[in-house]
Amino acid sequence: MPKVRVHPGDVIDGFTIGELAHRGGMAQLFSVTHPDHDFPMLMKVPEMGAGTDPAMIVGFEMEQMILPRLSGRHVPRFVANGDFATQPYIVFERLTGKSLYPMLDDLPRPAEEIASLGCRIAAALVDLHRQNVVHLDIKPSNIMFRETGEAVLIDYGLARHLHLPDLMDEEFRLPYGTAPYMAPEQILGVRSDFRSDIFALGVLMYFFATARRPFGDPQRLKGLKKRLWRDPLPPRALAPDLPKPLQEVILRCLEVNPARRYPTAAQLMMDLQDLSKVTLTTRAEKLTRDGWGAVIKRRFNPDPMELLRPQAATQSAAGAPIVMVAIDLSDGSAELADALRLSVSRIIEKTPNARIACLNVLKIARISLESDLDAEGNNKHVARLVQLKHWAEPLKAPEGSITYHVIEAVSPAAAILDYARENIVDHIVMGARANSAMRSLLGSVSGEVAAQAPCTVTVVRVRHAAEPAE
Amino acid sequence: MRIAIMSDIHANRQAFEAVLAAASERGAARHVILGDIVGYGGDPVWCIDKTMELAGGGAIVIRGNHDQAVSDPSVSMNETARAAIDWTRTQLSETQKTYLAGLPLEIEDGERLYVHADASAPARFHYVSDAETAAAHLQACRARVSFCGHIHRPALYCLGANGKTTPFAPSSSTGIPLLQQRRWLAVMGAVGQPRDGNPAAAYGILDTDRGELEFHRVGYDIDGAAAKIRAVGLPEGLATRLFKGK
Repeated sequence: MPKVRVHPGDVIDGFTIGELAHRGGMAQLFSVTHPDHDFPMLMKVPEMGAGTDPAMIVGFEMEQMILPRLSGRHVPRFVANGDFATQPYIVFERLTGKSLYPMLDDLPRPAEEIASLGCRIAAALVDLHRQNVVHLDIKPSNIMFRETGEAVLIDYGLARHLHLPDLMDEEFRLPYGTAPYMAPEQILGVRSDFRSDIFALGVLMYFFATARRPFGDPQRLKGLKKRLWRDPLPPRALAPDLPKPLQEVILRCLEVNPARRYPTAAQLMMDLQDLSKVTLTTRAEKLTRDGWGAVIKRRFNPDPMELLRPQAATQSAAGAPIVMVAIDLSDGSAELADALRLSVSRIIEKTPNARIACLNVLKIARISLESDLDAEGNNKHVARLVQLKHWAEPLKAPEGSITYHVIEAVSPAAAILDYARENIVDHIVMGARANSAMRSLLGSVSGEVAAQAPCTVTVVRVRHAAEPAE
Repeated sequence: MRIAIMSDIHANRQAFEAVLAAASERGAARHVILGDIVGYGGDPVWCIDKTMELAGGGAIVIRGNHDQAVSDPSVSMNETARAAIDWTRTQLSETQKTYLAGLPLEIEDGERLYVHADASAPARFHYVSDAETAAAHLQACRARVSFCGHIHRPALYCLGANGKTTPFAPSSSTGIPLLQQRRWLAVMGAVGQPRDGNPAAAYGILDTDRGELEFHRVGYDIDGAAAKIRAVGLPEGLATRLFKGK
């Protein structure tokens, strides 16, 4: 492989090299310009010499394979790859914002900020995972933010594209990653589980909440493996003001067995969007680490961990959709309510990791100015929540997999669509207005939702006896 | 240019037609057939005629062990395969037999090598079944990218600078960049008798401009292909296995 030095002022394949923007251990980043591209760009040039770590070169090859296949707001826009035969490089969009790295000087951060950061990073993971890529190196220095607020995930040197050969996997026996953030299965050599990124995000949120890394920064494999059996100190033991729901979320991300973590980044994001809806378990209450009995049992007799093969990873994620059930309680049709419940129970049966959000829209004449109390002085909001729970009770959904939301809105269809977009809902299930006269008078909410939804919509309708011909 | 790469047609007219139509829809401007045009299936005459027509238009065609067995009784085969070849022989014209016998065992085209099985001994038809056999193939040839078939299960092997061979089981039709600094061996699945548990016909498209290889699957009229096998009296197992892709 030729060793070519790149200098400011050089022109390579039409790219004019500007100033050195960053020099890392493995690569140099130059600012570059090109007459065909009018946005700021960086050229990443690997440092290659006699002592170069072969893993670094393979990582660079992987990045050359993966980056051109990614699109969207959460990844740097790819521009060009340089050939290994002449001068290897990758040119991509230069992001103007900063990474999360400088924030490490100012930890801990307040809970609301952690939830908001976590939420935006989870949104980026949703987008990346949808494109069949596991990042495998989520950490503050690899996360940047656009001016519009979206998180951007950078550096795909350790990433895995599930539909491309994994050059990293077969070449090296030691696990590669950043020690504090590596998921247990990653340490065991699994490089195809989306939930490894959820673990790393859990480490990041723990670190930001407590100023301490949950598993330290071990330098040897033995130290890395300790997280397979030794649980971290619960974050509330270090930051007593941390809200219980946030500890619940963080510790769920940090579960050793991926099967016990959030099944998808979308479900994690949903919890971070509204901590008040998080179902609290013993994780939320914990203030000490597990006793030695439990730890020794895990050390020498561990629960079998779910270790996914690449082919199974996409199916596993597909088995955990976010399903929104829009329930119109005012319609009063028991038949429709039953039919809707039957549809939802079939979904739960097929996809046991589904997250169900039951949504009811409290229609108001206009925003605000309206009393929260009805004529009898009952709180309408609470009454609706009770009705929603009553509707859902026969589903016998596993605890924590179902949440209830009453939203006040002028337009029910717009409220349902907004909720679906904000929570990356995969599937909307809703009833059709039974009475066709009402439908033509008021318009069809389900029709509007079905036409504009960003996801699958199932409209449930009860079949009535045919009307006699006139 | 986009090149359709097909292997192991095995006298399955329905699968061959479906693959040719799909490849053409995907912009294939050239064809490569990696051997085993006949054997197992009920339409050898049509498949050879179609292959000769494609060859007339510039297609590269390689000889497989079944093609050779038509006129060379020394090729070792199991009982079922032998029964199918014995029947096939009775169906073919002299021109067709001569055509099959005259096909080359391998062709090098620039940086690419086309061969039916392991390139270390093309006439012996060894399977490339794992990283070890793939390494033997890659050591035996110079081509940066080589293509074979024979085993009826698609796979891709990559040889890195450190001499290790990485196996990969294609899981989608995503174009895989065949990185210039590495050497590659693509094992194409079978058009006419897939054995990887997926009954759909397999083929590949090499995009030489992008340097990418796509592994594709296409559904075909299995009922029709099985009916033909039964109608001509070939062993029943040859018909039923098409439905399972095993």
